[in-house]
Amino acid sequence: MSPAWAEAFRLVFDPYNVLVMLGASLFGLFVGAVPGLTATMATALLVPVTFFMAPIPAIAAIVTATAMAIFSGDIPGCLLRMPGTPASAAYTDEAYAMTKKGQAELALGAGLVFSAVGGLFGTAVLMVSAPALAEFALKFSSFEYFWLVLMGLTCAVFISTDAPLKGLTTLFIGLLIAGVGLNNPAAFPRFTFGSTELLGGIGLIPLMIGMFAVSEIIRYMVNTEGEALIVDKPIGNVFKGMWGLAVKYPKQILRGSALGTLIGALPGAGADIAAWMSYAMSKKFSKEPEKFGTGHVEGIVESGSANNSALAGAWIPALVFGIPGDSITAIVIGVLYMKNMNPGPTLFTTNPQNIYAVYLLFIIANLIMLPLGWMCIKVAKRILRVPRDILMPVILLFCIVGAFAINNTAFDVMVMLIAGLVAWLLEENGFPITPLILGVVLGAMLEDNFISSMIKADGNVLAFFGRPIAATLGALTIAIWFWPLLRRRRVRAAEAPAA
Amino acid sequence: MKLNDAVWGALLALLGAAILWHVQGFPQIPGQNVGPALFPGILAAALVVCGTVLIASGLKARRAAASSSRWAVAPEWLRSRPHLLAFAVLVASNVFYLVAVGRLGFLPTAFVYLAALMWVLRVRLAVALPVALVMALLIHYAFYKLLRVPLPWGVLQGVAW
Repeated sequence: MSPAWAEAFRLVFDPYNVLVMLGASLFGLFVGAVPGLTATMATALLVPVTFFMAPIPAIAAIVTATAMAIFSGDIPGCLLRMPGTPASAAYTDEAYAMTKKGQAELALGAGLVFSAVGGLFGTAVLMVSAPALAEFALKFSSFEYFWLVLMGLTCAVFISTDAPLKGLTTLFIGLLIAGVGLNNPAAFPRFTFGSTELLGGIGLIPLMIGMFAVSEIIRYMVNTEGEALIVDKPIGNVFKGMWGLAVKYPKQILRGSALGTLIGALPGAGADIAAWMSYAMSKKFSKEPEKFGTGHVEGIVESGSANNSALAGAWIPALVFGIPGDSITAIVIGVLYMKNMNPGPTLFTTNPQNIYAVYLLFIIANLIMLPLGWMCIKVAKRILRVPRDILMPVILLFCIVGAFAINNTAFDVMVMLIAGLVAWLLEENGFPITPLILGVVLGAMLEDNFISSMIKADGNVLAFFGRPIAATLGALTIAIWFWPLLRRRRVRAAEAPAA
Repeated sequence: MKLNDAVWGALLALLGAAILWHVQGFPQIPGQNVGPALFPGILAAALVVCGTVLIASGLKARRAAASSSRWAVAPEWLRSRPHLLAFAVLVASNVFYLVAVGRLGFLPTAFVYLAALMWVLRVRLAVALPVALVMALLIHYAFYKLLRVPLPWGVLQGVAW
């Protein structure tokens, strides 16, 4: 074994790290299982705590908590017909229908076992593709990075939202927020209005806690829908019949995992979109599509593996290019910068033990998910009865203290609260939040590479297409921009004769 | 609060225009054609364009459908007194926290904060008050003692532990 791998094992199996992973698992399972608390929120809430940890335990906490939360989101879907996390929404009705047929253990078991399988698949892809991509990325200049970031942001707007125009506006707002302060190529204080606190820019972490946690709490406080009723049926052995399913649906498992990893790796699209897409795919290619929606396990097998594989897939662009694959890795990138583990291809050459440790963390997280998830299902009914009217105020106070803890300033608390209010208001009006967050995370990178490319190009726009990879990336990006227009024209042309 | 897209478009276009006007004052870098105003300038211009398109689509939707013809639609919670109260208390308690935490100290502020929010969510006071106290102490212990975050003591400075 190479010394870097040995060092990675030492880092991961350090007793403190093992303890952190266990704690984070329980936290993740709980947050995922409570409707209204999402996996992204789990990550945002973890950040203030991980701030005080060494890099590997900090990453371990996030990796395990999110893997667990994405699985345990299936539990309230099954018992309450309410997805615990958005990633479970795609097959909530299916799982609930199975529960009513008395097959709750089969639905939960499939969610658990194939979540772990999908997660391991995504990890394998991450381990193989990330180093190869990193080697490739070492040759990148500012032109390639400029297009790569732009393409990532473009994907986030056009692929992952159903309202591209509104996604574009929130993206521009996010990029503008990133421009506040001194941190720009000219080091000129922009949009600070004389405030010394704004010189350093608007903190990423308080912003994200606000947008992902506080906004959810506001939504809960003004939610006028009544409480859902828990299905009170005994849950048997969830592992029974799983091998049979694996033998019956090998293609579905593979397809779900592969699609999930791919969607996860696309910037802006995460586990929730992966689950929706692979559920639809499963139905389309199924031999018995008429059974979908009536309590049929096939779709759960496929999309359950997809949403967990997406988690690992999202780390590929995050580690290699510093471009987040979903909202969770957007937070992770903020944490990596705080820990001086700046993402990028050099991370693979200078500190390989850290990267190997991340792989190990993913593998362990997906393996311990099986026993811990089994335990969680055992106590599920009790978790679902946790009084959220008490929980929500406590989480809000935790957010406030957490935002304060990063820099010990009340300013960050204010940023967090305003961000929460703004995110809630925007989402109420159909403006997606993920493009905004990606804009804030990637704003500095986009501007730096844009400005240095402009200086190198010296006014010649063609220089942006002067290198083969840059030209390809640029052409692809522009093609995605015009794709909706082309498609609309084609739809119109198809409708015209009918009308 | 749901506003018509045209209203949002107008607000965003106005914001973009304001930023465009503001960045005109940014300095030029001698000998270079790119300065600190370039990037935000492009974004602000794009925001104006997006805002304008939103105005157009909002107006179109207003003409097309009678249901969305209002400029603003009040969501259900605005018409429900308990939810309206919950929102008001939510805003008020956060403002209270920001104003009071320095002088009053973390523990009393957090207690009032939690108790107020639980009260408005209709948790029984016999439950809410002790839970608020225990949770305030717990969060204080976790952050002040374990993570060494300097949460202010305020009026309890004399008995700080």
